[in-house]
Amino acid sequence: MAQVMVVTSGKGGVGKTTTTAALGAALARQGQRVVVVDFDVGLRNLDLVMGAERRVVYDLIHVVQGTAKLSQALIRDKRIETLFLLAASQTRDKDSLSDDGVERVIGELRPSFDWVICDSPAGIERGASLAMRHADFAVVVTNPEVSSVRDSDRIIGLLDSITDKAKHGEPMDKLLLLTRYDPIRAGRGEMLSIDDVLDILCLPLLGIIPESREVLQASNMGAPVTLNNPKSAPARAYSDAARRLMGELVPLVVPSDKSTLLNKLFGRRAA
Amino acid sequence: MSAERPSTSFKFRGGCFHALVLKPETPLSTWLADVDALLARSPGFFAEKSVVIDVSGLSLTRKIFLDLLDELSKRGIRILGVEGANPSDFDGRVPFLARSQTEKSKSTAAPVLAPSTPSPASSLLIEAPVRSGQLVVCPDGDVTVVASVASGAEIVASGSVHVYGTLRGRVLAGAYGNQRARIFCRRLEAELIAIDGHYIVADEIGIHLRQAPIQAWLDGDALKIATMA
Repeated sequence: MAQVMVVTSGKGGVGKTTTTAALGAALARQGQRVVVVDFDVGLRNLDLVMGAERRVVYDLIHVVQGTAKLSQALIRDKRIETLFLLAASQTRDKDSLSDDGVERVIGELRPSFDWVICDSPAGIERGASLAMRHADFAVVVTNPEVSSVRDSDRIIGLLDSITDKAKHGEPMDKLLLLTRYDPIRAGRGEMLSIDDVLDILCLPLLGIIPESREVLQASNMGAPVTLNNPKSAPARAYSDAARRLMGELVPLVVPSDKSTLLNKLFGRRAA
Repeated sequence: MSAERPSTSFKFRGGCFHALVLKPETPLSTWLADVDALLARSPGFFAEKSVVIDVSGLSLTRKIFLDLLDELSKRGIRILGVEGANPSDFDGRVPFLARSQTEKSKSTAAPVLAPSTPSPASSLLIEAPVRSGQLVVCPDGDVTVVASVASGAEIVASGSVHVYGTLRGRVLAGAYGNQRARIFCRRLEAELIAIDGHYIVADEIGIHLRQAPIQAWLDGDALKIATMA
């Protein structure tokens, strides 16, 4: 039976889709059966980051509305055969998702996978609440920056109130993933430190993903960063986070790219 | 005529609601100018609010009273009722509220500090962080939070509020008219704190009080904050 995980943040552009793709691929590389589900109906992106945009025939809406079977809509990754994508529709809107339909689809995915990863849209409206409602636990993606932290805090409150688990009085597990972290800038006080963020959000830390140009490069290549350049700093950080999800004890360090550091030094000198 | 219809029971009940009570002062023109000044500062002050006007001790004539009603409605202030007047003095434009003049004068002499003496049992203990967007309301007692209150969260209590973590959100203590309510926190980074409607926003909080353990109380109409060792 799969564990259903929602990747959520409240704020847009903090790295939900990147995280969904990177963690999904990292788990699949460990031999886990993984499906990543895009809930961002109308603004789908996960298919691009996964490099599957040219193979989407049916999507989540078709399955929710019963016009396609789940097996028709699941797209198998070309690189890892245990990794699947359920894309969102770009032409419909969020109202096309019904609560019952989403519950049925998640229920159908559970028996065939080890992990169902739901990529939530930004915001706190219908799409975001549908993505989190049937999840077993949440990964809250946060940038070390005040507005992102506050939005994450708001999302944590929603996770504790509107999810199925919360409604049944069960605790909803939440893990914090700090992305776009730059130790140098945090050291100079230009962004919030890890301690500041943890102090405000009071969540266990799943991982710290360093700011890196590798992330943008990977999305432009249509590959999860953990597959595009597995040796890069963000890929190693995501892989560590995936191993922690599987229950391994991995010490928490912030990996760094030496070349990136040099680039930064040169970049500053040039500027 | 209605004898053949099945009789439906007619339901009604007594209710107790919160309303803002405005007490005009003479000369009325000066008082209205003050109202205008308030509205210029915060145009939405009376929006969505139920307002009661208290004319006790004003001895208004019928005409002046009706003019006052017109002036207030021109400013978008919706009058729910009038208190402290003799019903026979004015026409039925606004309902007169049941609290009689004598009762009112008694209560002004001794302001109600602890309405219906809140029992400790109705106090609220919160052990998890209060998250942004969450609103905690305790209409009948104190609120104790054994965690932090996030920026964008709000706690409203009729009694005192204790925060054994960092207070980053808003706290309204004594919110239903309790001047003896206090606010305590281990670390003050609040957006706003208020006791019995007297509030102070983050910008007005002295630098030496920020991030310090504090208590806040009401001294007359002034909200005082002091650090605690």
